[in-house]
Amino acid sequence: MDLVFFLIFAIIAVVSAINVVVQTHPISSALSLIGVMVSLAALYLLLGADFIAMAQIIVYAGAIMVLFVFTIMLLNTGGETGATHRTAVQVAGIPALLALLAALCYSLQRFYPSSVQAVFGGFAQGDAHSIGTALFREYLLPFEVTSILILVAILGAIVLARKEID
Amino acid sequence: MPAGVPLTWFLVLSAVLFSLGIAGFLLRRNIITVFMSIELMLNAVNLTFITFSYQLKSNSGHLFAFFVMVVAAAEAAVGLAIILTVYKNRGTLNIDEVESMKN
Amino acid sequence: MEFIVISLIKAAIVAGVLLTTLAYLQWVERKVIAHVQVRMGPSRVGPHGLLQPLADVIKLMTKEDLLPPYVNKFFYLLAPFLAVTMALISISVIPFGPEITAFGHQTWMQLTDLNVGLLFVLAISSMGVYGIALGGWASNNKYSLLGGLRSSAQMISYELPLSLAIAAPLLSAGTLSLRQIVDSQAGFSFGVLPQWSIFQGPFPQLISFVIFMIAAFAETNRVPFDLPEAENELVAGFHTEYSSMKFASFFMAEYANMITVCCMATVLFLGGWHPLFPASLGSSFVPAIVFALAGAIALYHGLNYARRLDRITLPFFALVFFGIAILFLIPFLQVYLIPLFWFFAKTGFLLFVFIWIRATLPRFRYDQLMAFAWKYLFPAALLNLLVTGFLVALKG
Repeated sequence: MDLVFFLIFAIIAVVSAINVVVQTHPISSALSLIGVMVSLAALYLLLGADFIAMAQIIVYAGAIMVLFVFTIMLLNTGGETGATHRTAVQVAGIPALLALLAALCYSLQRFYPSSVQAVFGGFAQGDAHSIGTALFREYLLPFEVTSILILVAILGAIVLARKEID
Repeated sequence: MPAGVPLTWFLVLSAVLFSLGIAGFLLRRNIITVFMSIELMLNAVNLTFITFSYQLKSNSGHLFAFFVMVVAAAEAAVGLAIILTVYKNRGTLNIDEVESMKN
Repeated sequence: MEFIVISLIKAAIVAGVLLTTLAYLQWVERKVIAHVQVRMGPSRVGPHGLLQPLADVIKLMTKEDLLPPYVNKFFYLLAPFLAVTMALISISVIPFGPEITAFGHQTWMQLTDLNVGLLFVLAISSMGVYGIALGGWASNNKYSLLGGLRSSAQMISYELPLSLAIAAPLLSAGTLSLRQIVDSQAGFSFGVLPQWSIFQGPFPQLISFVIFMIAAFAETNRVPFDLPEAENELVAGFHTEYSSMKFASFFMAEYANMITVCCMATVLFLGGWHPLFPASLGSSFVPAIVFALAGAIALYHGLNYARRLDRITLPFFALVFFGIAILFLIPFLQVYLIPLFWFFAKTGFLLFVFIWIRATLPRFRYDQLMAFAWKYLFPAALLNLLVTGFLVALKG
């Protein structure tokens, strides 16, 4: 049963990721990326990461991608019309990609022949309580530093995108 | 039968998503699509973190994934602001045409 | 296997009740707004206009389903589908009642209890932005695009005070699971005052409740925050180009969001399905008394009828109300019906507040709306969370 769910969401993720790379109009790429993120959230649930799955949907799919979609709608430039990815890329690129993938998979199978199987419910420390405890004890310093990082990002975005008042 | 999913499959999926992200990053011309490929790579890395966290039975991987998400959010905000500025100044979103620093 | 069958039955019941409530919520809204404006509202189709939702559904389904040639077809068809799906999914984690035993199977009156159930509701409401943004963009129409962008910006701006207002009662409940949040509001202090979140604890969550309701008005695009979709602004906002069933989907999504948000307020702040005063003081008879009173009023108006048809319909309704009141007195049904009554009474009251405010207040201008979110509501929610956290830490 877990295997079936994994296969369904993995296939959705891979097809959406291919769509991100292949589509001409950025809004279709953005929607496919949302599809990737939601199926990854389902896979995180399978691995027992409840909090990270919900955070993925709230933060990544629900806020960052909304930002992307807003920008694409505001700029409204339409699809890409370049002719770069025709024969040269397809002849040399796709086999190179497949070779890279084959090398990665072979090295994974050879050096990491894990017999551990992921079962739904097999990991119990992924809930909000455990994550919160760890976040405010061992990882307190990174937590505070990232809050400053977000402040810097907010200031940077406002300064870069505001209108000049003459 | 209670068959789980071998953890190696998660790592393979993550590798596939990462290489698709690299392909998009190197091949696309629209700057927003390039940016989205970067987000795809970050998501693939998050999946690897969570998978190893399952195997090592520790939630440090979850916390790293959380921080990756936060940094991705900050990066997306600033990056999109930069894209808006580039569009305002150059009028194009094609990265081939933003080349005034070339010789 | 048994789990799947029980879940399917529960899902069917919840879906049926939800869709019927959606249709009749619209009737209630029209009637209440009409009576506030000293007129009658729908009264022709069926007795007191009760078949009006049916007539509306038939009208919307048989209207010409226009697919304008200049729209982006895939997104045009995807947007109402996304909006409705997200609106209907979030009802699946709301607890309607306690654990019950029906036909030998034990189950809870809740479709599923995630231990991050609250985050699930927040996640689904963040995804609901896409239906509106895509609907506005796909229509290839500058008014729709502006309306869609404004509505999405409004929704994501008000998500922040909403989340902060939700976080405050979580500090006293100590859990993210909605069932356990309701369980933490059981009991009565001083034997009489219910331990709901807005009354109990180191810091009564009244401010959180007010902030939550204000943010909920903005999240569901209701008056006074409905500028992006009002009929006389921007043509009709993001649903200008939609007709027939797709327009009905957006409409349904708005009402479903309203119901979800009121259910969430009931669960988080008003104690879910717990009664107002203890059963030892007679709260088990309140539903029966309420329905008997409704039956008596209907009978009185039926006997002194204002319209000729009321002579027949109102006594019939009186009979129905008396029948329901008797149902509430049967002991073995009481254990299912009384928690449901309290839950729906509280949710119904909040929905009435939504409709009441729609009938009363004018709408905000867009810059007023956004300034209110960022300059006033967000700092207030943050301050409230800080004070709550401080007091909970002092106590614990």
